[in-house]
Amino acid sequence: MLPTLNGRIQTRIFMLVVFGGLITLALTPILPGDPDYKTTYLILAAVLVLGIVWELIYHVIQQFRWEKDWPTMFGLITALNEGALVWLLVDLGAVPGIDGDTVPFWAFFIDFSVIWIVVWIWTNGPMRVPFIRWRFFGGRIV
Amino acid sequence: MIDPSAASVVPTTDPSTYLPAQPISGDLTDQMLQTDFWTDDLVAAAGIPIVDVPFVTVGGGIGSFVTVDYLRIAGVPTSQMRVLSTLDFPWQTYEYLTRVSQVPRPERIRSDSASRPDNIWGFPSYGFAEGMKKFDLKVLWGLFSEPIFSDYYTPKAGNVFEQLERESKRIGYDEMLVKGLVRIVRRRYGGGYFTILTPPEGASATKRVAFRSQYVHIAVGYPGLKFLPELQKYRTENNDYRHIVNAYEAHEHVYERLVQTPSTVLVRGGGIVASRILQRLMDDREKHGAQTNIVHLFRTYINGTNDGYGNEGDPRPGGGKTRITMRRRGGNGWAYQGFNYPKSVWGGQLKAQVRKLDGEQRAELYKRMGGTNTPWRKSWQRQMNQGRAEGWYHCVVGTVDSMEPSGERILNQVRTAQGVVPVEVDFVIDCTGLEADIAEHRLLKDLLEHGGASRNPVGRLNVDRNFELIGTQSGGGAVYASGATTLGGYFPGVDTFLGLQVAAQEIYGDLQKRGFCKRIGPVRSTGQWWKWLAGSAP
Ligand SMILES: Cc1cc2nc3c(=O)[nH]c(=O)nc-3n(C[C@H](O)[C@H](O)[C@H](O)COP(=O)(O)OP(=O)(O)OC[C@H]3O[C@@H](n4cnc5c(N)ncnc54)[C@H](O)[C@@H]3O)c2cc1C
Repeated sequence: MLPTLNGRIQTRIFMLVVFGGLITLALTPILPGDPDYKTTYLILAAVLVLGIVWELIYHVIQQFRWEKDWPTMFGLITALNEGALVWLLVDLGAVPGIDGDTVPFWAFFIDFSVIWIVVWIWTNGPMRVPFIRWRFFGGRIV
Repeated sequence: MIDPSAASVVPTTDPSTYLPAQPISGDLTDQMLQTDFWTDDLVAAAGIPIVDVPFVTVGGGIGSFVTVDYLRIAGVPTSQMRVLSTLDFPWQTYEYLTRVSQVPRPERIRSDSASRPDNIWGFPSYGFAEGMKKFDLKVLWGLFSEPIFSDYYTPKAGNVFEQLERESKRIGYDEMLVKGLVRIVRRRYGGGYFTILTPPEGASATKRVAFRSQYVHIAVGYPGLKFLPELQKYRTENNDYRHIVNAYEAHEHVYERLVQTPSTVLVRGGGIVASRILQRLMDDREKHGAQTNIVHLFRTYINGTNDGYGNEGDPRPGGGKTRITMRRRGGNGWAYQGFNYPKSVWGGQLKAQVRKLDGEQRAELYKRMGGTNTPWRKSWQRQMNQGRAEGWYHCVVGTVDSMEPSGERILNQVRTAQGVVPVEVDFVIDCTGLEADIAEHRLLKDLLEHGGASRNPVGRLNVDRNFELIGTQSGGGAVYASGATTLGGYFPGVDTFLGLQVAAQEIYGDLQKRGFCKRIGPVRSTGQWWKWLAGSAP
C-alpha cells in the first residue's frame, strides 16, 4: 500500500466499520464461550480506537522508508502487536464496559483474526474495484 | 508512413521525417500557419476536409490507449473518439524500445505488479494473476514479502503485450484508430480545436485531414532521444555508426561481433538501461562464451546512501548529508531503487506532497527524489560481482574529453579525478538516455508558439493537476497532455504505465464534469470490472 496519514485513518475506519461490523455480527453467536454482542462490539471499538493510534506510529515508521510505502507484509504482521495489545487491555479489564474475566480468549482470537485477514486481503486488491481513486489518493475514501 | 522498427533511436518525431509541404489541394496555407485561431471557413477554403468528432487523442501509444480505455469504461462509444497515430497498435513503440534495450518478450520490465495498462483497477495485479494461474507459490511469496525479503515483482514484457491486445479488442480500439502523422493542433474560432492529420500516402484524396473536436489529448511520448554530444560528433565526423551505438537503437550486430571476437566495450550511463545492457554482455559471456571486457564509465559514482543530489558527504548544492528520512541505498557506483521514483509518487505520500508544491520547492523535491538509478536484482548483482572478481569488469569515473579513431578501435581520453587517462575500446554503447527538448517535436513547438501552451519549472509542458495544458483553453474545449512531455508537473511519475493511468483518471474526471462521459462510481466501476473479467465490451 501507498498510504498517506489521512488515507490510513480513513481506510482503517472504513474497513473496521464495514468488515469488522459485518463479520462480528455473523460470528458472535457461534464464537466459543458465548460472548454477547455488547462485548464483541466493544472490543471492535477498542481495536478501532487503538488502531488510529497505531496508524500514527506506522506513519512515523514509514518516514524512514525511502519509498514511503507500506509493504504488503507489514499490513499482515501488524496483527501481532495490535492483537496482543488489545487482548492485554481486555484481560486487564482496561476496556470500558467489559469485565476482563468474562471474555474467552479463543472467541477474541477467532473474531480478531478473521476480521484482520479479510480486511488485509480486501485492502490489497478488491478495494480498488469499487473505488478507482482510492489507490492513487493514499487510501483516502472521501 | 514511418515504420518504427526501421528507424534509429526514436521514430516519427524528427522534423525531417515529416512530408514536405506541397502545393496540392487540401494543404495548409501560409495564412493558416500564421493564424492562432482558425475559422471553419479558413480550413474549408484550403480544401482540407473536416471530420467532426468530440475527442481526439494524438500519439496512439500507451498514453493514448489508457486514456481511451478509461473513457470507454466511462461509457463513451467508439464513434465519439479518434486515436490519431502512426502506430498499428499501442505498444509498438514501447515494444521496440524495450526490445533493443535488451528486454525482449520473455524478460521482465521495470514497473510493478499493479501497473496494468490494460486494467484501470490494477486488480487482479499481474503477479497475483500469474501466481494463481499456475498456483506458483514462489511468485505469491514474492508478492507477499516484497520488497523486504524479495525483489519487487515485475511482469514479463510478453504478458503485458498479450493483455494489452486483449483489452484493445475488448474496447474496440481499432474502430477508433486513424493512421497518420499529426502536424498541428490549433484553436478554433468559436471553441474547440482543429487537429491536422497527414494520412499515409494514398489513404486520402487530400494531403491533410482536419479533425474538429471539443477535446484534444496529446500523448506523443518522447520528443526525441539524444546522443551524448561527443558521441554524435564522432559518429558524424568518422561516419562510424557501427562501433558507437545508442542503447535505444537496434545494435544486435555488436553482440554478434562480441561473441565471435574477444573485444572491449565501453558502457556509458548508470541507469536501468546500462544495467540491462551489462546483463546482456554478461549473459553472452556465460552462455555463449564471449570474451568481452567491459569498461563502465560513470559520471557520478555512488557509494553508500544517497539521494538525487549525490552521495553522502558530497558537497552538494541542495544541502549536505542525506536526511535519514530521505535516502536510498547505493553501492559500486549505482543508486538502487525499485522504480524510477520512490514508489509512493504513484499514489501515496510523495504524490500528495508534490501535488501541493510549486516552482522552486517542487523542483527541489524532484531533484531529491530523482537522479539516475537502477533496481537491485539478485542475479545481476551476482554477475557483476563475478566480473569484478575475475577482472573483466572495470569501472571508471569521469567524463570524456575527446574521442579519436585508433585503427579499428576508438581511443577515449577520459577526464577523471586522477587526471586524463586513455581508454581504448572496440565499441561504445551509450546508455545515458538523454531526452530532447520538447520544442524539437514539431507539434509541441507549434503548441508553444501558437497554441497558448507554456513550460513548467523543468522546461516541459505545463499541465494543471487535471492534466489540462495550461493556457490552451478554447471556448468550452480543452487540451490535455500526458506522458514524458509533462514531466515536472504536480505529479512526478508521468512517464510510466501507472502515471499514464493516473493522468487518464484525472482527464476522465475533468471530462465527466464537463458532461462528456458518465461517472465511474462504485456501482459502475464494479459492473465494468466484471465485464473486463469476462472479456465483454464495456
Ligand atoms: C526502454 C524503456 C522501458 C520502459 N519501461 C517501463 C516499464 O517497465 N514500466 C513503465 O511503467 N514504464 C516504462 N517506460 C516508460 C513509459 O511507460 C513508456 O515509454 C510508454 O510507452 C510511454 O507511453 P506514451 O504513450 O507516453 O508514449 P509512446 O508509447 O511512445 O507513444 C507515443 C507515440 O506517439 C507517436 N507520435 C509522436 N508524434 C506524433 C505525431 N505528431 N503524430 C502522430 N503520432 C505521433 C509516436 O510514434 C509514439 O509511438 C519505459 C520506457 C522506455 C524507453
